[in-house]
Amino acid sequence: MIDVKNLTKSFGDHLVLHNISEHIHPGEKVVVIGPSGSGKSTFLRCLNLLETPTSGSITFEGQEITDPKADINAIRRQMGMVFQHFNLFPNMTIRKNITLAPVRTKLMSQAEADETAITLLKRVGLEEKADAYPAQLSGGQKQRIAIVRALAMKPKLMLFDEPTSALDPEMVGEVLAVMKELAHEGMTMVVVTHEMGFAREVGTRVLFMDEGKILEQNEPHAFFANPKEQRTIDFLSKVL
Amino acid sequence: MEKFWADFTKKFTMAFVTGDRWKLYLRGMGTTLELTACALVIGVILGVLVAVIRSAHDQQRLGKRNFALGVLNVLCKIYTTVIRGTPMLVQLLIWGFIIFKTSRNRFFVGMLGLGINSGAYVAEIVRGGLMSVDAGQSEAGRSLGLDYVDTMRFIIVPQAFKNILPALGNEFIVLFKDTSLVSAIGAAEVLYYAEAVGSKTYEYMFPYIGTAVMYLVFCIILTWLQGMLERRLRQSDRR
Ligand SMILES: Nc1ncnc2c1ncn2[C@@H]1O[C@H](COP(=O)(O)OP(=O)(O)O)[C@@H](O)[C@H]1O
Ligand SMILES: [Mg+2]
Repeated sequence: MIDVKNLTKSFGDHLVLHNISEHIHPGEKVVVIGPSGSGKSTFLRCLNLLETPTSGSITFEGQEITDPKADINAIRRQMGMVFQHFNLFPNMTIRKNITLAPVRTKLMSQAEADETAITLLKRVGLEEKADAYPAQLSGGQKQRIAIVRALAMKPKLMLFDEPTSALDPEMVGEVLAVMKELAHEGMTMVVVTHEMGFAREVGTRVLFMDEGKILEQNEPHAFFANPKEQRTIDFLSKVL
Repeated sequence: MEKFWADFTKKFTMAFVTGDRWKLYLRGMGTTLELTACALVIGVILGVLVAVIRSAHDQQRLGKRNFALGVLNVLCKIYTTVIRGTPMLVQLLIWGFIIFKTSRNRFFVGMLGLGINSGAYVAEIVRGGLMSVDAGQSEAGRSLGLDYVDTMRFIIVPQAFKNILPALGNEFIVLFKDTSLVSAIGAAEVLYYAEAVGSKTYEYMFPYIGTAVMYLVFCIILTWLQGMLERRLRQSDRR
């Protein structure tokens, strides 16, 4: 589904991603872990071109998205992204937050989008918040809405960048529950997280990043049971 | 003491009453307000244009730079640097006595000079307002597949607007006071009439103080209106 070839990214002369090649298959739940500053967010943000790769190529469903002529907006419509800090639009109601993109990109009429919004809100148990503003919601509610907003575009792939890191501990569960449900429905997901329980339970593959490289990867049970690299062992001993 | 009051009354009458001269000041103040409004419109249009060009330029993806946008961006930078780096009075003298030396429509020349000056300041205000919106907002919009224009229109600009309004209000008040400078190029606003009265009566104190009082009254009203508007905005934030 996504094919990353020799992806390199530097900010100025600071090399952040070092020649990464990786393939993500449909239906996979790839969990990316690693120490802070290792390039996890940058890697994820390159996948939907929020960061422009310095070199290398990324292909999504057979289309090279790093080609300067590629229609980046059309490609982004097929990938949802959920941010650490939610990034809901504070100037709009929840309903508008969810329907703005599907309507403006002509994916749906306003009526269809409204219906989709309500269906999705019901799924996460927040239908009564449709006319509230983001400032009136708790962190966990905001993040569930952010997931719903991305889903309203009917994406083929969801990218999550530490979706629970900014939440109070008692709200982490409600967000992970939504993500688990999504995983069970077959969504292809790439998730940067420090939730090792989630990685173990939901992940089909764990990537360990360190200093801009994917140092080690494996299926979750093997990964946590027998980490091979010393760096991985050190990291796991700190977080587990 | 009696002599002082007699003198005072005489000069006051001369400055404002004789020949219905107070009407001149009012007419001048009318022109001043018109000048302010017209210059503000020019300033806001220019300012928003410059701000959008500069932000659009700064947000381009690497390796996909647009040449025309690059040229426009340089022009905008030159414009704001030159205008903000030279005194308004000097700019007005250049407009009035060099570029439009032969134009008899002094109101128009003054309006243009003021508007072009104001545009450079408004541009920086608007640009600052756009930059004050968290980068995550634009990233969220773009990641949903919205294009640059829609992201600006529905997400960034409405949020920037609230941050911009107070500064724009200040710019309006500064502009209002700066209109007095166009008397130097012969536009018939309130200071121009005050000087005309002074040169006729050889008495400048009352015309000048009268002018100052009129400006002060309007500024107090404008500041009060601005305060009300800001309180309104703050209230709508609390929902
Ligand atoms: N926009 C940017 N400009 C400059 N440096 C950046 C930028 N974004 C990230 N970096 C740097 O890239 C490195 C990797 O960052 P990031 O991908 O956010 O790591 P992680 O998500 O694993 O914590 C860090 O050293 C960070 O300082
Ligand atoms: Mg990160």
